[in-house]
Amino acid sequence: MTWNRRRYATWLLAVMPVVLVGCTVEKIETPAAGAGSETSAPATSTEEVRRIQIDGSSTVKMITAAIGEEFEGKFSDVKIALKVTGTGTGFKEMIAGRIDIANASRPIKESEQADCTKNGIELLPLTIALDGLTVCVNKENDWVDAVTVAQLRKIWEPGSTVRSWRDVDSSWPDHPISLYGPGEESGTFDFFTEAINGKEDAIREDYSPSADDNVTVTGISGERGGMGFFGCAYYFANQDKVKALKISPTDNITDAVAPTAETVKSDQYKPLARPLFIYVKKASLARQEVQDFVRFYLNEGQRQVSAVGYIELSEEQLKASRDAFAAAIR
Amino acid sequence: MNIPMTTSEPRYVARSVSFYSGADRSIRRRLFLSRVFAGACRFVTYGSLIVLVVLLTAIVWSSLDRLSPDFVYSTNSSDPDKAGMLAGLWGSFWLVLFTALFSVPIGVGSAVYLEEIARDSFAVRVIKTNLSNLAGVPSIVYGILGYTVFRSAAAVLKVWFDGQHAFNVMGLFRLRLIKLPIYEDNILVGALTLTLVVMPTVIAAAQEALRSVPGSIRMASLALGATRWQTIWRQVIPAALPGISTGVILSTSRAIGEAAPLIMLGALTITTMVPGNIDSPLKLITRPTQVLQAPLDQFTAMPIEIYDWSRQTDSQFTAVAASGIMVLLVVLLAINAVALIVRHYASRRLKW
Repeated sequence: MTWNRRRYATWLLAVMPVVLVGCTVEKIETPAAGAGSETSAPATSTEEVRRIQIDGSSTVKMITAAIGEEFEGKFSDVKIALKVTGTGTGFKEMIAGRIDIANASRPIKESEQADCTKNGIELLPLTIALDGLTVCVNKENDWVDAVTVAQLRKIWEPGSTVRSWRDVDSSWPDHPISLYGPGEESGTFDFFTEAINGKEDAIREDYSPSADDNVTVTGISGERGGMGFFGCAYYFANQDKVKALKISPTDNITDAVAPTAETVKSDQYKPLARPLFIYVKKASLARQEVQDFVRFYLNEGQRQVSAVGYIELSEEQLKASRDAFAAAIR
Repeated sequence: MNIPMTTSEPRYVARSVSFYSGADRSIRRRLFLSRVFAGACRFVTYGSLIVLVVLLTAIVWSSLDRLSPDFVYSTNSSDPDKAGMLAGLWGSFWLVLFTALFSVPIGVGSAVYLEEIARDSFAVRVIKTNLSNLAGVPSIVYGILGYTVFRSAAAVLKVWFDGQHAFNVMGLFRLRLIKLPIYEDNILVGALTLTLVVMPTVIAAAQEALRSVPGSIRMASLALGATRWQTIWRQVIPAALPGISTGVILSTSRAIGEAAPLIMLGALTITTMVPGNIDSPLKLITRPTQVLQAPLDQFTAMPIEIYDWSRQTDSQFTAVAASGIMVLLVVLLAINAVALIVRHYASRRLKW
């Protein structure tokens, strides 16, 4: 009886199912961490990969990335897994329980909060920096330095008939106006439409939206009649290319305020100044590395805020965030 | 392939015709049109070439500031002088490796079935027509599909295999399985999605290659008493191998440039992590458990990093993004070179 290939195959096919049926995969019970066994808890956590999952806003990501990098340098056994999908998607991931921290350029919506509560996810909102949305025009635009909120609304409101600068103010030249800004997936867009047009997502349809603020900058700097808005970091990085407008919250143009670190911090730059947040899952704060990271974020990390072009919180605001964090980990 | 023919043909006609029928207006007119057409073709070819050259020069120029060996050896950073591509390179390496592993057997198998085995039934015709439709579907759609199917499957696996497991063989002995952390947004999920993206192209290329094998080879093989399987396996596939391998490698180089479906799946945007912590080729051999871990790890890829760099506020990141594009291009050229070499060796083996 020779053992050729076919015979092998037949035997194997006959024996395999019998063996496989007898096999099971069983879970080896490890002593539950956090069941009062203080000594075993650190031992298991060092074996595991210590990774902090973060998702959300592309604005806040700049700050989180810079702080995260510094943090990784100091705590070499912790890694930051950072995704950038936008504030709304970040909250969705948080609701699904997949991430520890959500970067957000706007406060959480009631519906999102309700979904979190429904899934038993408690959040700790922390204000971590300030941003002043900057409305910019072309460098060669010599007729406008300041605008009122009413004028901005006239330009940007849904169904706006403004085609040239003269349509806004009769003393301005009859130069065609071309508008640029972020698209509707952006938290910046949500905030601007709410602050200027009074209703979120309400905006004229014929502006040029772009997910990339560098494109908006290029658009404004390429056309004499160009106008657009973005976070202050893009303005600070492109001051040689575009001109920021002073904005007056009242109808009196002399009340106009320029977007600077001081005016945003002292709450004079209205209504386009906004706080930036991180939302930390309270359950994740039980993990030492998340706690360390948030503490680092609110202390040493804060110097990165201005380094990446955003505006640091005032003393009281920072203290409020630190207090909220201290209360949450107590 | 045919373009040199069309450009040289009119000249040949012009020389042979012009000496005896100079007054034939119809011929003149047709020759003129033919020359205009040849000129238009030349213009289109060189025009796109010029655009390519301009783009490449611009990228090379702006990458000069940053491109250096340590750009490839260091991971991402918010400091443009330190930002590097290591994590993206390794992420793309694993992605392409697994995409090829999945797409080659399935793609070539489907092509063999469609070309060699299937009868011309209604179902087969529907599949053949829809293959070219699938090739035109935007990759983000496959990203959504991958998110709902593969990522959800990975999430289920993650729940099953959370913790340490053992494999019990008929109650006789237990094999303790290595504990691997599983992430639902892992490389396998990404590779499976990219497999969907490139599959139509792989199948089309393989079909084309199989069709180019002369029917007489099949008939000769069958006439000599070979079975259909032996004919396909020993005659048709070796003969089609140059075409198949070129198609496969060109479509994997498409996979390497995809960002949208990966972002959709939840690939990391900014990370210093390399999958499985394998940051040098040597560790592929010396760290077997990490090699096992890599496909189940989170990842980022080269195009995602480039996309992120191009969106940074700091204009110095333009140079970083350009350097990233240069590295991506070099990798692509290397892959295409492999395609050429494989093609060369595979076609040398053909004896007829």
